[in-house]
Amino acid sequence: MTIDTQRREPPRVSGGKGENAHLDELRHDPIALMARVRAECGDVGEFTIGDRDVVLLTGADANEFYFRAPEEQLDQAEAYPFMTPIFGEGVVFDAPPERRREMLHNQALRDKFMRGHAATIAAEVEGMVADWDDEGEIDLLEWFAELTIYTSSACLIGIRFRRELDGRFARLYHDLEQGTDPIAYVDPYADIESFRRRDAARLSLVELVQGIMERRASEPTPAKEDQDLLDILMSIKDEGGSDHFSADTITGMFISMMFAGHHTTSGTAAWTLIELLRHPAEMALVTDELDQLYGDGSEVSFGALRAIPHLESALKEALRLHPPLILLLRMAKEDLTYGEYRIAAGKLVAASPSICNRIAEDFPDPDAFVPARYLEGREEDRANPWTWIPFGAGRHRCVGANFAMMQLKAIFSVLLQSWEFEAAQPLDSYRNDHSKMVVQLEQPCRVRYRRRRPEPSA
Amino acid sequence: MRIVVDRDLCQGHAACEGEAPEVFSVSKKGELTVLESTPPEDQRAAVELAVKYCPTHALRIEED
Repeated sequence: MTIDTQRREPPRVSGGKGENAHLDELRHDPIALMARVRAECGDVGEFTIGDRDVVLLTGADANEFYFRAPEEQLDQAEAYPFMTPIFGEGVVFDAPPERRREMLHNQALRDKFMRGHAATIAAEVEGMVADWDDEGEIDLLEWFAELTIYTSSACLIGIRFRRELDGRFARLYHDLEQGTDPIAYVDPYADIESFRRRDAARLSLVELVQGIMERRASEPTPAKEDQDLLDILMSIKDEGGSDHFSADTITGMFISMMFAGHHTTSGTAAWTLIELLRHPAEMALVTDELDQLYGDGSEVSFGALRAIPHLESALKEALRLHPPLILLLRMAKEDLTYGEYRIAAGKLVAASPSICNRIAEDFPDPDAFVPARYLEGREEDRANPWTWIPFGAGRHRCVGANFAMMQLKAIFSVLLQSWEFEAAQPLDSYRNDHSKMVVQLEQPCRVRYRRRRPEPSA
Repeated sequence: MRIVVDRDLCQGHAACEGEAPEVFSVSKKGELTVLESTPPEDQRAAVELAVKYCPTHALRIEED
């Protein structure tokens, strides 16, 4: 006779008495909901959005289980229904690990392209600050969102395509990102304002790309070395000689290529600046470090690829405290067992960077901005590979992580060498808007800039 | 010293190849080959850096 190994269902978190269970709370204060799951239920707990149960796993052991699970068990493709109306039908949200591995090696993210990307990014920052007076004020959300539209399009699609874009593209892209209300888990096409704007923005982007394609089709094809990804996609023909990819499909591909690196990098840049303004001693360390690194006149394309320990630590700490993705999701494709719990096929399974990055046992003084926790000897990111998870972990870890860090280093290398910043509103008034699955800074989020004067020499 | 690769975790970033090219080789498709699964002692420093800088923590060293 075998021993009965009956597994238990995960415990349920309190609340969620409304029509769509915990959906309303997820739309208003998702971090409080997830923190309560961990407080009440421990490493494994459950909440419900609409008619979908979500099993939230937190802590190192549970996260290791989550991040190691193969596709056949925990599938990413079906877990993000709010992305389909943004990318378009047929544009996959995520590729299997083998394909991702090839992408990593064959495309723009390869190490050997990084120096060129650093130069491109530095030039884009220079281009945007060229419009600045000696002092002024910017909105962090709008400014970094526009900058990262230019950097990601230039690096991933090509500089030729980037030159076709202006602030209009950035504003339409912002409408797409705002169209990620978690109500999509009940109905991705619900009749709400943010979804109407999302769909209108996607149509406008297709029109914009269509216009670019028509103009290019009437012009001579550029030399091979000047071609960008759009030229290459336009050159692919069906057997009958007609275009293989429509403007709609190409737009969807471009939207999806840029998506993972856009709001994430933009938000991290803004939060790093905010945290450095809140911690002037850390700002001084970073500024001095950059002054020394570039004091010999070296280029950002060189510096951004080198170790910049204080800046990197500040970036990592901003990522830990303000991870761009607060909730990572998968779909259980079969019945799973974790510890004493059964996770039934069809449930959503989640991990949460927001919660895990602040587990006090792993990150002492978890709510404080302490860049020193990454310096030689402590290295709390490496010490906690399953709970320091701003980029996820394991087989689905962000393949653009290195590119992102390089990009952020390049952006701050340019900004902090020539400009100083101060808050234009109370320092504790900067916060994220958590009402959408794509988390963005809440407006107003303004800072003042002033051109740095050369220090009087000692 | 013996090198253990966790194939669940390897994404083919090739950081290991950068640190210890005599021990690790990563193909264009991102497939990792361990050229020396029990490398000589003079490779230890390089291999330890490869373990440290693997972005997905897919490598570890087991002592004989």
